[in-house]
Amino acid sequence: MPILRVESVSKRFGGLEALRDVTFSLYEGQIKALIGPNGAGKTTLFNLVSAIEAPTEGSIVFAGKEITGMTSDRACRVGIGRTFQHSKLFDDMSVLDNVKVGRHAKSNAGLLAAFFTTPRHRREEQAITEASIRALRRVGIEEHAAAQAGSLPLGERHLLEIARALATEPRVLLLDEPAAGLNNEETDRLADSVRRIRDEGITVLLVEHDMGFVMNISDEVVVLDYGRKIAEGPPLMIQNDEEVIRAYLGADL
Amino acid sequence: MNGGRLLTFARRHSAFAMFAVVALGAPIFLNNAYYLSVLAFTATRLMISLGLNLLMGQAGQISLGHAAFVGIGAYGSAIMTTRWHMDPWLAMALAACIAAFAAVIIGIPTLKLKGHYLALATLGVGEIVFILLVQTKSLTNGTDGLTGIPALAVGGLRFTQYNPRAFHLLVWGVALVMLLISLNLSDSRVGRSLKGLHRSEVAARSLGVDTAFHKVQIFVVSAVFASIAGSFYAYYVQYISPDSFTLTFSVLLVTGVVIGGLGSVWGAVWGTLLVALLPEYLRQYDDYTNLVFGILVIVIMIFLPTGMIGVPALLGKWRRGIRGGGRPGSGAAMTEGTGAADGGTV
Amino acid sequence: MSFDQFLQYIVSGITNGSIYALTALGFTLIYNATDIINFAQGEFVMLGGLTAVSLHRLGLPLPVAFCGAVLIVMLVGIIFELLAIRPLLKASVLAQIIVTIGASLAFRTFAMIFWGRDSLPLPAFSGETPIKIFGARMTPQSLWVMGLTLVIVVALQLFYRRTLAGKAVRACSVNPEAARLMGISYSRVVLISFAVSAAISAAGGVLITPSSFMGYGSGAMIGLKGFAAAILGGLGSPIGAVLGGLALGVLESLAVGVVSAGYKDAVAFLILLAVLFVRPQGLMGQRPVEKV
Repeated sequence: MPILRVESVSKRFGGLEALRDVTFSLYEGQIKALIGPNGAGKTTLFNLVSAIEAPTEGSIVFAGKEITGMTSDRACRVGIGRTFQHSKLFDDMSVLDNVKVGRHAKSNAGLLAAFFTTPRHRREEQAITEASIRALRRVGIEEHAAAQAGSLPLGERHLLEIARALATEPRVLLLDEPAAGLNNEETDRLADSVRRIRDEGITVLLVEHDMGFVMNISDEVVVLDYGRKIAEGPPLMIQNDEEVIRAYLGADL
Repeated sequence: MNGGRLLTFARRHSAFAMFAVVALGAPIFLNNAYYLSVLAFTATRLMISLGLNLLMGQAGQISLGHAAFVGIGAYGSAIMTTRWHMDPWLAMALAACIAAFAAVIIGIPTLKLKGHYLALATLGVGEIVFILLVQTKSLTNGTDGLTGIPALAVGGLRFTQYNPRAFHLLVWGVALVMLLISLNLSDSRVGRSLKGLHRSEVAARSLGVDTAFHKVQIFVVSAVFASIAGSFYAYYVQYISPDSFTLTFSVLLVTGVVIGGLGSVWGAVWGTLLVALLPEYLRQYDDYTNLVFGILVIVIMIFLPTGMIGVPALLGKWRRGIRGGGRPGSGAAMTEGTGAADGGTV
Repeated sequence: MSFDQFLQYIVSGITNGSIYALTALGFTLIYNATDIINFAQGEFVMLGGLTAVSLHRLGLPLPVAFCGAVLIVMLVGIIFELLAIRPLLKASVLAQIIVTIGASLAFRTFAMIFWGRDSLPLPAFSGETPIKIFGARMTPQSLWVMGLTLVIVVALQLFYRRTLAGKAVRACSVNPEAARLMGISYSRVVLISFAVSAAISAAGGVLITPSSFMGYGSGAMIGLKGFAAAILGGLGSPIGAVLGGLALGVLESLAVGVVSAGYKDAVAFLILLAVLFVRPQGLMGQRPVEKV
């Protein structure tokens, strides 16, 4: 049984059809990539899976639960973590505090506990700090814990976004263009991190334009074009698919 | 890492301890009853500002009707004690519950919307409460106001204008507790999530933060702080009228928080002290103070978004020169803890 | 309530509603150009009325005082935009709200210092003898208010549909990015919007002063009702703003007749809250789209 099933999903904004009848499955332990030319509907699909928006038609089922109609914070709590294409880090907060926000749903000290710093609250804060440092360590940027998030170079910003999402203990991690703007060395480091995350048992769905990165890292690829799924399969098959080549005419695969 | 946090913690509380000693000890050096009453009012203003700071500075939401919650606290206490002869402490607690309930009712629909709408809705609520205070004469006695409000008392100790030192200790004690818990909140799970949703609500939600709930929750807290301040005010002056709860008052409350520095608890403290005490100091220029505050708010928003509390950090940056900005970790020094310690020694 | 009385309330409602419509229109122009709600809008109304009073006292004839006041407040609007709004066009909503609130406090206090605490009168534009229309008594001033409001609304439509500057403003509010690529200067559009917005609100202020006086604090309440009207009509829709203003004026007027004069001001705020809670996009507006 797939951990995530996208079933006949369509999304329309007014008259604009961003997605039409898209169906695919994500299996536990996979790294799956979502590719397609600009405007193909990749980010829209991410927003639907992370419940930021609701599909116009169709359903999205995650681990037996219907995502459609959930709020995005609820989707996070059931196990869907994500990063954003245009980084949404809390720039003027420290790297560590950014990740600590990701522990929100895994801790439960309320307002009153915080007001009066009860011993239980202090213990929980300790646990939050430890878990957050662990998350930073998983992507290898724990030495920057005290720095301001806004001061990090781009590569490490992407890693911080991932660490923050990891802190929520997702079962599926959605990465929106994690390699955008990275140099080769940074991209390799990112690929290592993503594989390690997968090896730790987290299923990964990613949107990416860097085809080298996609083909190198993914177990399977879904290709979108003008809101429709035009191909799905292992990287080698996708690279030789005629329709995909036509959609990407001129682009290197 | 741990040592650094501990240091920050100790620094923050030393600032708090110093402030508490000065605030509570002020009556020893002040024999003038007038000054003492000014300080008592300042404490109530501080309570409201601390709540507003949680709402605006931490969570990034705005209320332009906080005078309404102050009014609910003041009139709630006054009506329940004078007309229904309730115990003043109980009346104060009940009034705070009413304020909290009102905040829930207003907060749930409007906090879903963007900033402008919340500002408008709170403004509308502020005006409606004001109109109700004027119009429901059978309860509030209209523009004539309510007189004969009893004083707070514990056993034989009565907290009145004729016993200003006792009242001073009481209001400042409560204000200091509110200050301490505000400081505690900023480095906690809920506090961090509020700061996060202030910066990006979409990101905070994607990290599992129930932003709708937390925004309403902090709105309720700020309403309760305001209501308690209103009750203390009513019990102290023992006479209230609608004039004290106008839109201009709501605006001045926001002004204090902004001038001091949005996002910093100490900023709210210094800003409130300035906005509450400066008019007393410049009494012969009374008419001009609001003009100054209005312009000051604009200037601060444009040139110094961190408010007065940001001045020491800014000066430090200039002193270190341009090079300082590039040093790793120097950015982190701008966070709440150290900023607070700077503020504490101004 | 007899039919004559009913008519009377409608007429006075439309008169007041015209002023709300002009104020709401002022909000709308600025909101469409900048996404800012100008909490100092009501102060433009107040400054318009009081400036006209001063100019008239200097011996200028009413029409000149009217135009002079509109021009002076327009200048105030331009200076306000240049000094306070321009640096914050890209700032957070919170900062923008706070700046316009600070400005409103400053304008109001300045007016109190300059004109004093009393409300000041202006003579009616053409006498006080009421005119009878269908059993309702109308002052000539109400006719002036309604007539000139109509003129202003029509002139504004022509400005936005026929002139280059007006078209630029509309293009910017529909698609700022594309407008910029077409060579339209966004900062000029914002400046024009503030100038026009201040001018029409000031005109509203001069119009209402003969019938209800103007004091330093009057602007705040008119401004708030302007918001309510703009929200009722649907924030961002100019036609909605005008209809919202007139509807608010009439509802308020009827509330005075049915409930009591004391609650007149509450009507606007109840409508404001009801619309915000139930249908935040207003009567004519579109559902606000939240961008991810």
